[in-house]
Amino acid sequence: MAKINIKSIKKQTRDHLLTFAMVIVVYVVVQLLITAGQMSSLMQGLLVPMCTYSIVAIGLNLCVGYLGELSIGHAGFMCVGAFSGAFCTKLLESVITNKILLFAVALLVGTAMAAFFGFLIGIPVLRLRGDYLAIVTLAFGEIIKNIINVLYIAKDVDGFHFAISNGNEIKLSDEGTWLINGAKGITKIPHLSSFTAGVILILISLFVVYNLVNSRSGRAIMAIRDNRIAAESVGINITKFKLMAFTISAAIAGAGGVLYAHNLSTVTATPANFGYNMSIMILVFVVLGGMGNFRGSILAAVLLTLLPEVLRGLSDYRMLIYSIVLIAMMLFNWAPKCIEWRQKLMAGFKKNTEKGAA
Amino acid sequence: MKKALSVLLATAMVATCLGGCGQESESGSTDAAGSAAGTENAASAEGTAEAGSVFKIGGIGPTTGGAAIYGTAVMNAAQIAVDEINAAGGMNGYQVEFKAEDDQHDAEKSVNAYNSLKDWGMQILMGTVTTTPCVAVSEKTAEDGMFELTPSASSTDVIVNDNVFQVCFTDPNQGTASAQYIAQNGLASKVAIIYDSSDVYSSGIEATFVEEAANQGLEVVAEEAFTADSKTDFSTQLQKAQSAGAELVFLPIYYTEASIILTQANSMGYEPTFFGVDGMDGILGVENFDTSLAEGVMLLTPFAADAQDEATQAFVTKYQEAYGEVPNQFAADAYDAIYIIKAAIEEAGATPDMSVSDLGTALSEAMTKITVDGLTGDGMTWEATGEASKAPKAVVIKDGAYAAM
Repeated sequence: MAKINIKSIKKQTRDHLLTFAMVIVVYVVVQLLITAGQMSSLMQGLLVPMCTYSIVAIGLNLCVGYLGELSIGHAGFMCVGAFSGAFCTKLLESVITNKILLFAVALLVGTAMAAFFGFLIGIPVLRLRGDYLAIVTLAFGEIIKNIINVLYIAKDVDGFHFAISNGNEIKLSDEGTWLINGAKGITKIPHLSSFTAGVILILISLFVVYNLVNSRSGRAIMAIRDNRIAAESVGINITKFKLMAFTISAAIAGAGGVLYAHNLSTVTATPANFGYNMSIMILVFVVLGGMGNFRGSILAAVLLTLLPEVLRGLSDYRMLIYSIVLIAMMLFNWAPKCIEWRQKLMAGFKKNTEKGAA
Repeated sequence: MKKALSVLLATAMVATCLGGCGQESESGSTDAAGSAAGTENAASAEGTAEAGSVFKIGGIGPTTGGAAIYGTAVMNAAQIAVDEINAAGGMNGYQVEFKAEDDQHDAEKSVNAYNSLKDWGMQILMGTVTTTPCVAVSEKTAEDGMFELTPSASSTDVIVNDNVFQVCFTDPNQGTASAQYIAQNGLASKVAIIYDSSDVYSSGIEATFVEEAANQGLEVVAEEAFTADSKTDFSTQLQKAQSAGAELVFLPIYYTEASIILTQANSMGYEPTFFGVDGMDGILGVENFDTSLAEGVMLLTPFAADAQDEATQAFVTKYQEAYGEVPNQFAADAYDAIYIIKAAIEEAGATPDMSVSDLGTALSEAMTKITVDGLTGDGMTWEATGEASKAPKAVVIKDGAYAAM
């Protein structure tokens, strides 16, 4: 018995190491391509978004794949991370001149805020299950977006000014600057995100989630997913572990949001970037990559971020083609008949190579 | 649990796909003509094109998604202008190539589109169409020193960098001009405002309007907001405006919502003067909208498609022939933008073999020296800040058509 256990753990560790290796190899290859000048501006511009979506997908995968709860409000956590991170940067820009330190602080604040909101939302939300939970998280995402759209914060010599729903109430002196200006969001954010930062964040997120799912807590979380009643009967504190997984998942999404905000000089809470569609998009990454499969999430996020940009040559038909390709990929990956057919094909291929070898 | 989850997922997926496709087919019908014309032009341009002997102008705007009407109009009109210029001998003697990229009205996608155009070899950017993406892209053009002229991104955040110029009015300008116009012409003393607080354009104009209204002695009796998520019913806002006794309702919003407001006000029996800004242009073309309701609506717009001057008529005819639609204000801005670029290039004596940043510096300098007569204004000039200065035009809807006031 013991022998088998060790073997299986080893296999898992090997699997995890493979994911880390994959990320690092891709990073090295990309860096080499950039130094050699072999990479187009489009691809270079896409590197940070790819990292962003990979990170958020990893976060959501923890919630959907391991906790077994469907969240369609993860764009909301991303939004919290993006705005609190960017807000922090704008505030400390003149104080901290070291860019790396500034970004690290923004990252910490963004992640902490997202985690805090995840915890807060988690308390009432995790009393629900399945579809109900999904609907409530959806509502959360929309609420966050709308709150940020009516938030006005400015700073001038007199100190901070704060208003809700009407920016005209704030009378700024000439030296004043807007920190958050309602629907205009935050503008003039220094460009602090880089591919290196993105990759480091991916590695950290992977490290966190892999360690969590392999720990005692992780096994408790999976036990809750697989059979809630059985888990409860052996004394697992359901609320505690659910909250733990949900909060960590939100925190990772928040980190992705900080990366997102510092890649563009402006961040606004529009339906396109932090709305329902984005939440679904992240869920699509997770489902396509496989629930509980973090490597798959990264691959799916990279692939699906790349696809519409690569299809630019098809002009306005690209979004149509993109949808069709998405359906085809989903079928190829997950339809039972397709899986059967793929296995048959692989078996046949193996047989052929064996025959060839013989 | 698993079953429920998969069903929900499947529904969500289908919903997103259908949503995407629905928008696609909407813009697809108009684009089919556009891209057909586009390929023809590209073919003719390639015949004469050699490396370093053409100006490559890129355009970025939403040609798919919710804001597709604006992006499509801009790209179509820009293509018309480029074809005219090429037929007439080009800019400063050089032919021009134009390429449009879609940004879906999203800052991140817009930067992708910009990078993609850079790979194509773009030297000058005519874009982007909408404000938020434009703020993100102008940061990138500033890094590269590329000259950028936006036809319709109206926020002042867009022009913070020296290399970016605007064709349209800035939002503050529109708000101030509207308040001044209302006060000076004695249209009303009590004003209500209905605006979209989730929209940069709308809330930007609203803020400056309120500020200027105070200076002009106008009393703002109601400031009612709505958001992009709740823009189908305005009876609450209208009732508040009515009970506050507003004689004029200022609508710094786009025409789709404005048409609903007019219809609902009519059914309530509330008949104030409605005053709009350039986003209101297009209200007469809204499907299933009784245009008689728009009688007497005033709007401040730089362009009216049925203006009688020769240049407008020629442009409208050409646009209708090519794309089967009446061009809106965005199209006119884009048409002007291409001619403004031409004027700047000729003023600077620029050639296509200059580097992107040299070209950017030369054109930015030239912009402050030129004066352009276009569809959206006579004698347009620019400050070094990038702001366009031109006289606002107010029109009133009379007998189902725009009439100058």
